[in-house]
Amino acid sequence: MSDSSISVKNLTKTFKGGLIAVNNISFEVPKGSIFAFLGPNGAGKTTTIKMLTTLLHPTSGSLTLNGLDPIKNPHDVRESFGIVFQDPSLDDELTAYENMFFHAGLYGVPRSETPKKIEDLMKFIDLWDRRDSLVKTFSGGMKRRLEIARGLLHTPAILFLDEPTTGLDPQTRNYIWTYIKKLNEERGLTVFFTTHYMEEAERSASQVAIIDHGKIIASDTPANIISSTGTANLEDAFIKLTGKDIREQEAGSIDHLRQMRQAFGGRRK
Amino acid sequence: MRSNILYPIYILWLRQIKRYFRSKSRIIGSLGQPIVFLVALGFGFGSIFAKAGNGNYIQFLSPGIIAMSIMFTAVFSGIELIWDRQFGFLKETMVAPVSRLTIMFGRTLGGATVATIQGTIVFLITIVIGFRPDIFAVLWGLLFMFGIAIVFTAFGTAIASSMEDMQGFGLIVQLVNMPLFFLSGALFPLNTAPFFIRAIAFINPLSYGVDGLRGAFTGLSQYSLGVDALVIAGVTVLFLSLGAWLFSKVEV
Repeated sequence: MSDSSISVKNLTKTFKGGLIAVNNISFEVPKGSIFAFLGPNGAGKTTTIKMLTTLLHPTSGSLTLNGLDPIKNPHDVRESFGIVFQDPSLDDELTAYENMFFHAGLYGVPRSETPKKIEDLMKFIDLWDRRDSLVKTFSGGMKRRLEIARGLLHTPAILFLDEPTTGLDPQTRNYIWTYIKKLNEERGLTVFFTTHYMEEAERSASQVAIIDHGKIIASDTPANIISSTGTANLEDAFIKLTGKDIREQEAGSIDHLRQMRQAFGGRRK
Repeated sequence: MRSNILYPIYILWLRQIKRYFRSKSRIIGSLGQPIVFLVALGFGFGSIFAKAGNGNYIQFLSPGIIAMSIMFTAVFSGIELIWDRQFGFLKETMVAPVSRLTIMFGRTLGGATVATIQGTIVFLITIVIGFRPDIFAVLWGLLFMFGIAIVFTAFGTAIASSMEDMQGFGLIVQLVNMPLFFLSGALFPLNTAPFFIRAIAFINPLSYGVDGLRGAFTGLSQYSLGVDALVIAGVTVLFLSLGAWLFSKVEV
């Protein structure tokens, strides 16, 4: 019917206690696009991603992924997207191959196809030689690549990447973006990503939406956003639109967990 | 349209089994406590127990210690849930096209299997130390071992679903485990114990696990095996439902 991969209309999320994390936002993600969802800390990015990926129910509004409603058909929607979370979500005590294998099992990938698919994807991200290594021996960049491969194992139409390059060195970031673009071009994969690195969005995204205080304040191509704000690059445009104040994010339970995990030995290195 | 609901359960089960066998320190480390209890109490109190006319204490104590090691391993398996939450793997399962109930069942089954294996190792150790079970009753025994494992894995999952930090979980578990163990008839016969101990033991699910296990292995039990099995089955349903309900509310 439409050419939108993701369609969001008047989406709102209010948390207990009255915090309006996402306030009546609407946007369309065209099929086959690379869509950057930008915003300062606490602007509502992660809340939006959680609603799109069935982890959180919206308070009001509607959204569809590949024409499906995540609230009515969570399982069908889950089969249609892959996700790389902001924090690593691999099992460190398993090998790279086992992480892939278990994902295939959970997603109902036909067992006859599983080994071939895993091999292809692990070769694609250059980790096939390390398939039998425990994930805890991997660097941050290797884990990210593996997570991307895992997210693609059930051949989704959309790939969500929540800050896929945070904490990685420029070489690894460049490497990861090369992969993502290749996937987008070769497979027509729709990519929805968030990042704090504005130059990544400027370089890679075909569409950008900027969210602040729960509202979409700009939604266009990177070039149009830059020209309409009269700035030199997306970073300046972003600062101009969202202001210079530093945002103090309210720490939720997951942030406490994150702090504890760092205390346990900061795996994101 | 899900073709097969059992395969994801198997996958989640397999993950825990793999992790267990990969962690040698966990296998060996969790054998320490039961061995200390067996040797110190078994040989320490053995002569007193015999003098009181109760017979061989190792014979009495061993099923209790097997039940204890299963219960401790089972409840503590809840920590893996908190662990998976902290290290992110839980999210991976939560966005998979699998229901929460399936995830909870898979995890519980995995944790319970690990606890049963741990109990079986302790069972073999008790035989080395001098326990002489009725070999024909081993099947019944295994059934009770698995029953205890399921009940307390579901219990651990329930606690872990409503908590976020590991230290807190450890403390709560200690707070619950120790009284449940000491007041279950694992260490001393309940029929001669004071009324308040018997009253607590009466509502303690572990009592029925210990009693059933002892009945199966040695023929000495307070209740009939049928009653023990029925209570364990009932509590299993109760704790599984509670665990499933609390797990369905977990946010990631």
